[in-house]
Amino acid sequence: MKKIGVLAMQGAVDEHLQKLERVGATACKVRNKEELEQIDGIIIPGGESTAIGKLLATFGMMQPLSKKICSGMPVWGTCAGMILLAKKICDQENAYLKTMDILVRRNAYGSQLDSFVTTQKVKHVAEKEIPMVFIRAPYIEKVDTKVEPLAEVEGHIVAAKEKNMLVTAFHPELTEDDSFHDYFVKLC
Amino acid sequence: MEKRYQLNKNLAQMLKGGVIMDVTNVGQARIAEEAGAVAVMALERVPADIRRDGGVARMSDPKMIREIKETVSIPVMAKARIGHFVEAQILEAIGIDYIDESEVLTPADNVNHIDKTAFEIPFVCGARNLGEALRRIGEGASMIRTKGEAGTGDVVEAVTHMRTMLNDMRRVQSASQMELMRIAKEFGAPFDLIQFVHDNGKLPVVNFAAGGIATPADAALMMQLGVDGVFVGSGIFKAGNPEKRAKAIVEAVTYYNDPQKLAKISEDLGPAMVGINIEDIDNKERFADRGW
Repeated sequence: MKKIGVLAMQGAVDEHLQKLERVGATACKVRNKEELEQIDGIIIPGGESTAIGKLLATFGMMQPLSKKICSGMPVWGTCAGMILLAKKICDQENAYLKTMDILVRRNAYGSQLDSFVTTQKVKHVAEKEIPMVFIRAPYIEKVDTKVEPLAEVEGHIVAAKEKNMLVTAFHPELTEDDSFHDYFVKLC
Repeated sequence: MEKRYQLNKNLAQMLKGGVIMDVTNVGQARIAEEAGAVAVMALERVPADIRRDGGVARMSDPKMIREIKETVSIPVMAKARIGHFVEAQILEAIGIDYIDESEVLTPADNVNHIDKTAFEIPFVCGARNLGEALRRIGEGASMIRTKGEAGTGDVVEAVTHMRTMLNDMRRVQSASQMELMRIAKEFGAPFDLIQFVHDNGKLPVVNFAAGGIATPADAALMMQLGVDGVFVGSGIFKAGNPEKRAKAIVEAVTYYNDPQKLAKISEDLGPAMVGINIEDIDNKERFADRGW
């Protein structure tokens, strides 16, 4: 059975752990380098990208994690996780893991009053429309040619894939639908 | 509306494992964000100063809240007085991310809390026990915090309230179906929410700790007791080195289960806020007793 880690610096960690177990994977929290060595894939959850980014840097996790990802370990970033993986962030000089060739815009829709739910089909992931929950969400402004957009909402890319890296601006872990977690576990 | 409530509960889920810090100006908001806070609470005076100054404590100046909102990229919260639904309307109009209907401010209604279902914006409310938490959720709160005693730097009340909440939950969980209505009556809580706790063994919303957290160890203590995250009010900007302490508390909430790391994190932070022992505060001056 595949063992999938969820980066547990801050954010909606338990929601991903529960989903992973529901689709038949072994799930564990990842907070240090040792735990990083014991997994087949990792989810970077939603939360505050600034908080998660600072904790990764302070505790020496930034390099080991980006190295793992560059060497091919499957990774899926949801919301804040997508921001952490991006090579570029709008209106911000520095980025975090800088592994995925996307330009993202933080809080792209506004404040909490602008958070919303919609349904859409997502290429490769599900034939049917799946629910998408956007919480103070980012979107992808631009992608490099090697990045494959998987879904768009109102003209903006909200899910994409580049080699072993998967990102979503929305939160499949907050819905009843399992197709995204199913899809990611199969990639691992 | 059901969808909106779900989204509001979802935002609280994103704050889990994080620290929400009281800030009174743009400079402090920057320090909080830089330290890794998951949200800031914009208010004119921290609870320790409200306690010292006395008088009526009200919603902060919308201009000041707006300035903080423009300064940081993380969610911004602000406080409305208990029952003051117009302060809440104003805060919603500013377009912040969360309203704290807070006992730290002077209550505007001695009987009723705000009908939070009438709003699009999410609310967090304080509670000392399960009944109080479920009443607030029944009114539409999408996040709960244990009250503790704000502005003291004394963690004892936060611990008491969390332990009370846990005991209450164990009792609801172990009760038979037949006993639930009796418990709902005793706790003064909506029956359907008592039923939820019975079936799931937890609150239907995220629960943070607040009121008296002053050190990384305090924050880790609350996390080990089972809260989802912490609010720190006076504890940071009333301390000797706010930058360092803020960062340390953030780190302690992530590594709350790792004493080796906690030891390192707690080193050399400078003086903590002086604080007040809870016994030295007259009963009628206790914030936690406000709210019903």
